[in-house]
Amino acid sequence: MSAADIAVLGAGMHPWGKWGRSFVEYGRAAARVALADAGLDWTDVQSIVGADTVRSGYPGYVAGATFARALGWQGARVTSVYAACASGAQAIGAARAQILAGLADVVLVVGADAAPKGFFAPAGGERPDDPDWLRFRVLGATNPAYFGLYARRRMAVHGDTPEDFAQVKVKNAAAGVLNPNARYRKAVTAEEVAASAVVADPLRLLDICATSDGGAALVLSSTDFARSRGVTDPVRIRAVSTVTPTYPRTVLDLPDIATDSTVGLGAGGEPAAGSFRASIARAAYEEAGLGPEDLSLAEVYDLSTALELEWYEDIGLCGPGEGAKLLREGVTALGGRVPVNTSGGLSSFGEAVPAQAIAQVCELTWQLRGTAGARQVPGARAGITANQGLFGHGSAVVAVR
Amino acid sequence: MARTRTPVVSGWFTEDTAGPEPAPGAAPPGPFRLLGTRCSACTAVFFPREDAFCRNPRCPGDGVLAEVPLSPRGRVWSYTDGRYRPPAPYVSDPGVPWEPYTLIAVELEAEGMVVLGQAAPGVGVGDLSVGMEVEVVGGVLGEDADTTWLTWQFKPVGGAA
Repeated sequence: MSAADIAVLGAGMHPWGKWGRSFVEYGRAAARVALADAGLDWTDVQSIVGADTVRSGYPGYVAGATFARALGWQGARVTSVYAACASGAQAIGAARAQILAGLADVVLVVGADAAPKGFFAPAGGERPDDPDWLRFRVLGATNPAYFGLYARRRMAVHGDTPEDFAQVKVKNAAAGVLNPNARYRKAVTAEEVAASAVVADPLRLLDICATSDGGAALVLSSTDFARSRGVTDPVRIRAVSTVTPTYPRTVLDLPDIATDSTVGLGAGGEPAAGSFRASIARAAYEEAGLGPEDLSLAEVYDLSTALELEWYEDIGLCGPGEGAKLLREGVTALGGRVPVNTSGGLSSFGEAVPAQAIAQVCELTWQLRGTAGARQVPGARAGITANQGLFGHGSAVVAVR
Repeated sequence: MARTRTPVVSGWFTEDTAGPEPAPGAAPPGPFRLLGTRCSACTAVFFPREDAFCRNPRCPGDGVLAEVPLSPRGRVWSYTDGRYRPPAPYVSDPGVPWEPYTLIAVELEAEGMVVLGQAAPGVGVGDLSVGMEVEVVGGVLGEDADTTWLTWQFKPVGGAA
């Protein structure tokens, strides 16, 4: 056990879907499931960290306090964080810092969202200083447009095919069928993917993740506190990577209209090797003192089917350009050597932004405990989550048992 | 009534084509170029333009950011299209059936950067391939009641489109 470990005492979710209710309800429900899982009362919690949503007005910007109020004010320390899709990892990182600093023994982390139908859109008004507003105003560049650019680039550079992308959906849907918290719980065939409408060439509707309602929560504690509760072998979080990119960023990221320029870097200023996404996982591995060869499973941010293949390479499961080969060999499917997205992934959940990185850790927790039911990875000992938030937010968590 | 021709964002490209249509026989406007800024201290180039500060962490500092035209040609890094109407603030008439447009990410060698833009009208994904040479041209993003919004577009060099 590492001195920097923290324990996961409880994990909980509100099922993903389009429920049409407030994010507060989903977050509160997930929190109560996580607390029950931990065998703790809300009044035992000394600190609450909320992952914010920008889609529900002020209560969403102060999610920590919003969830604390919904659970019933009890005086806990409060923190609210926002980092787009990486908000959940920031929340876990903040909780961990408090625990390791001795500021709190038990911290509740909660994220939830209520998403609109269709494309995510920027905040309203005339806001030409906001890159997220500009990319819609000037280019009409939706999130799937960026996913389409990455997918086409893979096809040209690595020889991936739309059939490869479809097999990611087939794989993740097969896992989602087995997950009671998933929104889509139906097997999908490659023919169904190929028959769905093109959204952003070469990607089709079933290549792209939906936007969903949902909530996820974790009860985190010091390992000493876990032991005092009789939990001697908890799932432990060993690393939380929340790194930023390194200038110059040479891959076009959402919501940018251009990359950084590679001129004028001066002596020793060569662009960093590998992508920002790869640096997110690298930092997590370094902190955890383990590597991709030690993984039993991984949860990665499959905003699109093609992007999942990119993550295989970025988290070091294979070399650059080998993602599709790994998929074709069945390595990343349930029953394979390193199953990826055993939860069913975003493909089966749809994106509930601030809940998503927390939900990834919930899945690791259940897998490492051996309680993942029909989607259990036998003997799971270590897992990584990986994700990237708009505007340069890394998100990766390593959990072990 | 004629619409005003206005750049969708001020200062991002040459505005020679702004204003009323040139009178018949008038001199054609100058070559269309994207405009970025260059730091005088470290030579880093920024697009969209940075006017307040240089973002290179190794810049020695105290530079001035001066406007610089970007390369007129580059190579396709990737491309896609938008088969569904994007949400506001993209300007489009919901009463008119959606016409998909193409987006191209273009690698500019001299600047060492990739810039995203819409393709010129008529250029579809079937007309493009990664690595193909394209050039930047001025074009129309859309129109509302009073304004024709001008923007930059990419099209294959020497192509029919």
